[in-house]
This record gives sequence, structure tokens and C-alpha cells, in this order.
Amino acid sequence: MSAVAAPTRWRPPPFFGTRTRQNLVWALAIGYLVWSVATLHIDTKRALAGFGRALDLFARMIPPDFMRWELLVKGMVESLQMAIASTLVGVVLSVPLGIAAARNLSPKPVYVAARGLIVAGRTFHEVIIAIFFVKLFGFGPVAGLLTLAFASMIFLGKMLAEDIENIREGPVEAIRATGASFGQVFVYGVLPQVLSRQTGTTIYRLDANVRHSTVVGIVGAGGIGHTLSASFSRYDYDFAAAILLSIAALVALGEWFSDWVRRRMR
Amino acid sequence: MSSTVATRYPEVWRKRTPRESAIQWAWMVAVAVAAVWSVSALDIEWAFFLDAHEQAADLIDRMWPPSWSYLPVILEPLVETIHIATLGTAVALVLSVPIAFLAARNTAANGFTWAVGRAILVGSRSVNTIIWGLLFVAIFGPGPLAGILAVAARSVGFLAKLVAEAIEEADRGPIEAIEATGASTLQVYLVGVLPQVMPVLIGTTVYRWDINVRESSVLGFVGAGGIGLYLYASINQFAWQQVLVVLSAILLIVIASEAVSAWIRGRIS
Amino acid sequence: MATAAAPAAAGAGPLLAIEGLSKVYPGGTRALDGVTFRVERPEVVAIIGSSGAGKSTLIRCINRLVEPTSGSVRLSGLDLVSLSPRELRAARRRIGMIFQEFNLVDRLTVMENILSGRLGAVGFLAAWLRRYPPRDVANAFAILDRVGLAGRHDSRADALSGGQRQRVGIGRALMQEPELLLVDEPTASLDPKTARQIMRLIRTLAEERATPALVNIHDVGLAQSFADRIIGLQGGRVVFDGAASGLTPEVLTTIYGDEDWSRTIRKDEDEEPEA
Repeated sequence: MSAVAAPTRWRPPPFFGTRTRQNLVWALAIGYLVWSVATLHIDTKRALAGFGRALDLFARMIPPDFMRWELLVKGMVESLQMAIASTLVGVVLSVPLGIAAARNLSPKPVYVAARGLIVAGRTFHEVIIAIFFVKLFGFGPVAGLLTLAFASMIFLGKMLAEDIENIREGPVEAIRATGASFGQVFVYGVLPQVLSRQTGTTIYRLDANVRHSTVVGIVGAGGIGHTLSASFSRYDYDFAAAILLSIAALVALGEWFSDWVRRRMR
Repeated sequence: MSSTVATRYPEVWRKRTPRESAIQWAWMVAVAVAAVWSVSALDIEWAFFLDAHEQAADLIDRMWPPSWSYLPVILEPLVETIHIATLGTAVALVLSVPIAFLAARNTAANGFTWAVGRAILVGSRSVNTIIWGLLFVAIFGPGPLAGILAVAARSVGFLAKLVAEAIEEADRGPIEAIEATGASTLQVYLVGVLPQVMPVLIGTTVYRWDINVRESSVLGFVGAGGIGLYLYASINQFAWQQVLVVLSAILLIVIASEAVSAWIRGRIS
Repeated sequence: MATAAAPAAAGAGPLLAIEGLSKVYPGGTRALDGVTFRVERPEVVAIIGSSGAGKSTLIRCINRLVEPTSGSVRLSGLDLVSLSPRELRAARRRIGMIFQEFNLVDRLTVMENILSGRLGAVGFLAAWLRRYPPRDVANAFAILDRVGLAGRHDSRADALSGGQRQRVGIGRALMQEPELLLVDEPTASLDPKTARQIMRLIRTLAEERATPALVNIHDVGLAQSFADRIIGLQGGRVVFDGAASGLTPEVLTTIYGDEDWSRTIRKDEDEEPEA
């Protein structure tokens, strides 16, 4: 054993390379925290009062009021219908979009336009898109349906385009070599390679649409969301509790269904 | 020659067996029924579709040119939107670790704590950020605090679920080795498990942060702070030229946050 | 540095006494069936036997990583089987363990892995902040030096080669200043040369610190070269217990079944000087 006295101090090596950089990151993080909290205009008094209000609110939520179940069921059914219809419309629309946005199938200008649409469409939250459809089509489930259909088209189109870009070229070439048309090449060479994944993605999107269908109503685009925000603004908390529970149940059910189908498909 | 081929081999070929075809048809019928039911019951006013394109053209026309003078006004709420997303995600990050340990089958202390952990996951994830926003506005009043809490409430379940899955898949070996040194349960989690799930924890947090920037852009609709309030107000005042400015700003921060998030995640893996 | 915690003096009874130890897994598999033996002095005991003979279960029943079904395990007189979880943790601190797959925490540094051997002696907060007592840190550096990894303390564990990783695994166990070393197939994931080096290191360290070691090992040749005593397991029972030199073809046949053993048994000598 070497006679050199072993050091008695040891610090783990810094996560961000050097000690200085490590300290800088910490300083930035703390600085950010101070800056953000200081500029947020949080009404401390009102916030502290919130703890008391929270208790009061929960007291008024219990028991949840299911007496107006007809209103509740109507809203829930409408949400579900919006989710299903929009998924179907979205799937249909996503096929041309997906093909257009696949680099290996589309001419450059079409590809660029389709990708641009996808980027812009993905950026905006469903609720923002919903406002515009409400302006165009008036209040009600049609606006919600179109919102979710649009969002689904973008989402599914993007996934489809990425799948198409990742397919193996060999079979496509082989089908093309038989003298098949563009449509035939797509059906025989491309579709079999992307169909099962795309079906899975669609089921996943149905689940996402169920979630979103419960909120677009907040801006008037139909479904249970409208009923919920109305009950909140009327301080009708026991009914709101009933709606919240129903939404949570529907969403959990949707997630379970989506998982179940996708597991079975494998 | 062809006649001999025809007699020796069937001339009919089907891709699917009858049973497979039947299942295929059943699925198609189910989808068709779902389609008809969902669309018919929605009570769609088809007349609206007739002039929709004119309306849209009109709207775009009225948005142009954007009134850039509105930009300074929305600068602060724009920053606030990012703050809400960041602070909400940070709160969620801190809370999600203990909840993930509760909800992972192999680290839950017992069946009861596991059920509690799972219930938190399901509850958090089943309610949309904006609905959490409604709830927190009712409790803490309008403002960014409600927004931060809404983002945190929704993200906790998201993070904890993925981290819990990572915990369940963690390598048993190092955990066993740390147990064998006589470490306490918490130390085993800290030294044996946490380093193994760290990449998942950081990766999902950064990913969730970029989703949250998008979510925060609409929290203002229910009064939970951020840019959404200004968007909503501009729309209600038919100030379409301002709307375009707000939309451009949102586009910018969402795309920027997506790029930052992708960059960080790329560097981790 | 070797402050081997004064073995025999610590308690009444032999260093390790195992009596009637049995383990039946939930599926009904009887992995251990009344295993009884004693380790009275610091020696290296190799446990051999075919796969599924119960070697791994035996070693894990000692520190109760696997709960024994019946029987007793006494460490210097203390019955480990009857301990409460808290007492068990205290007892585990006295037993070092070395694993086949090294079982290092890959994303932590070598130093953090070595120091994790002291977790039982520090609190949660100290573990979190990596604030170990100066004495532990000095000891860790000395151990790193001793196992041949001087200067590698800040490498990440997954950046090391197999042999180096096992050295870290050994270091972690030494860090506990154990009264007993449990070693589970230390060489099965290593190439033959590294395997010999690792076995020699374990042997030398056990001698240096006067710590008894129980080594599960597949390789009969290695067992003979480096162990003082050999225990043969077959179907969960002890079928041989004796000096390493007493390993004859007949004995190997009882342990493993029929095979030509003449080429497997070592003729002694063969030890190259310390590398």
C-alpha cells in the first residue's frame, strides 16, 4: 500500500463539466426563480385566502350533485360524439396530408407546403383553433368537431408522413418495377408497411380527442366543457364536482380502451 | 397447357379466410355505425358550411396588416406564459418523484400506498390543464398562480407515470447490491434507483415543459394568467389585427420552446 | 488500513454457523434442503455445484436478500434469520457482498459506488449531498489504490472494463469493513485472465484482513487454486465439505454427475507470481 496520505475530502465531479459552469447554472436557476416569481404579480393575500377557500370549495363540492343528470349525459354524449366523428374525419384527411408531407413521395413544393401546415397546426392549442371555428361556424358541437378533426388531421398526417419516410424502399421499388401506377404503388408498396402503426396512432388519437372534447366547450365549441365552465361561473360547485368526476371517468375509460385495443393489435 | 394448370390448381384466391373476413367486416360495420351515430346526433347545421370559405377569407382579410404596435403590450404576458409553464413544470418535477416511488409496483411500501399513488396518477392525468385552471381560479382567484398550479397538477401525473414505469424497469442488480450494504430503504431508492431513472426523469420533464408552454398559451381563457387572456380579449373586441400579432407571438414561443426542448433531449441521450 | 473488525472476539460462537437452512420458492422448487456447515476461522470457502444446485440461493439466504424458509444463520452468535428489518440492516453492514454482474450503479462515479458501502453508517441527507465523513473518504481512496484503481475515482462506473468494474464491486464490499464476505460468481462475466486476477485479489484481501469469504464459483479449477476449503452442493444439499486438495474425480461425480474429470483437477504449483 502506498504511503502517501489519502485525501480526506472528495466532491463528486460537477454535472455540467467544470465547477465554475456548475455554479453558473445554479446561479442562473436561482436568478430565474427570483425574477419570475417577482414579476408574476401574484396576489399573496388572495393566494393565502385560497387555502381557506379550497376547504370551503371542497365542502360545497361534496356530495357531488347528479340530480341534473340529463344535462350531464347530454354534454358527455356530445363530447364523445365529437371525439369519434373528428377522429374519423381526421383519419381520412390525414392520408393526403401525410402523403404530401412525405419527402420520398412528394414533389418539393407540395412537401414544403404540407410541412408548413403541419408546423403551424401543431403549434396552436386546440382551444385556440376552436375559437376560430366558433367564429366561422357559430357556437355548438360543429365547431368542436372541426377543431378536433383539424388537430387530428395534423397529428395523424405528421405521424403518417414520418412512417412513410421510414419505410423500406425495396418493396416500393419492386412494385414500381412491375409497372404499377402511383396509386397501386401506394396500396401495395407503402400501405402494408405503415397500416398497423397508423391504426395504433389513430386509436391513440381517439383517446386524445376524448380528452380535448371535454375542454373545447369552454370557448363555446360544444360538449361537456361548456356545462362545466358555466357551473363554475354560477358557483354551482356540487354540479361541477359531478361533471369533473364524469370527465375523469370518461377520460380514464378512453385511455383504458386505447391501451386495450393497441395491446390486442400487437 | 393452361387447362391442366386450371384443373390442378384453384382459380380462386382470397387474401383472408372467411373468419378473418367476417372479423374485418365486423370492425368496418362498427366503425361505420360509430360514424353515423356520432355525426347524425350532432345536429349539424349544414348551411354554415356553404359560406364558411367566404367567412374565412373575410377573417384573414381583416387580420391584415397586423398591428405591430400591440406587440409591446403583450410582451409581459408572453413572458408570464413561459414563467407559468416553467414554474409549473418545476413544481411538478419535485412532486412527481415521491409519487412515482409510491406508484411503482416494486417500490411501493404496501398495497395501500400503491393504490394511493395510482389514484393520484389517474386523477392528475384525467383532468385537462385548462380544467385544472378553472378549479384553481375558483380557489386562488384569477392570475398566474392558478395557472402554475394547473400546469403542475396536470404534469405531476404525466411525469410520475413515466418515471414509475422506469422504476419498475430498473435493473435489480445494483438495487440488490445497495440493499446488501445495509442501507435504509430511502437510501436504496436514492443511490440504487434514482440514478437509473434520472435520464427518463430529465427527458420527460423537458418534454413536458414544451407541452406546457403550449398549454399555458390558453390558460388565460379561464383567467389563469398568461397570453391567453389577451388573445381572448382581442377576439371578443373583433380586433383581428391584434389577434394576428398575438398568434404570431404564440407561434414563436411554442416553436422556440420545442426547439430548446428537442436540443436538450438530444444532448441527454 | 486493514482494521478487520476483530472477528472471533466480537461474539460468542463461530464466525458463521449455518444449520438446517432450507428454502422453498413459491413455485414449490426446493432450492436448499437442510444445509449445515460452519466457518470457524478466516478462510476462503468455495461453494461449487451445477447451475440450479442452490449456490446463489445459499449465499443470498445468509444476508436475507432471499428469505430462508427454515433453519438458522448465525454470524458470531447472532441469528440473522430472526432479525427485524431494522436489525437486519445493521447486520448487513457487517457482511460485504460481491456480485457476478458487478451490480454497480452505472450512472454514478467510481467513488460514489465505493462510498455506497458506507450507506449503512451515514444518514439519508449525507448520502444525498455526498457528504461522507473524512475518515470514510480517506479509506475509500486507500481502497481504490489497493484494488488497483488509483486515480479513477471520478470515472463513471459504466466507463470501466469488466475487470475494473469488479474491482469497484470489491472496493464497495471492503468499504463496509465486513466480518464476512459473500461472493457470488465473481468471475463468470470475465475473461479467463481477468478472472484469475480477480480471484487472486479477493483471496489476498481476505487473507490481509483476516476476513472469511464464501465464494460461489462455477470454475472448479479456480476454486481449487484459490480456496482453502470447498463445499459441494447438489440439489440443495451439501454433498462435499473438505479441503480443496480433497477434490477427487469421485467427489466431482457426486456433485456434478458423470464426466471425465481428470483434466479438470489441478495439480497444484501453477501459480504465477503476483501480477
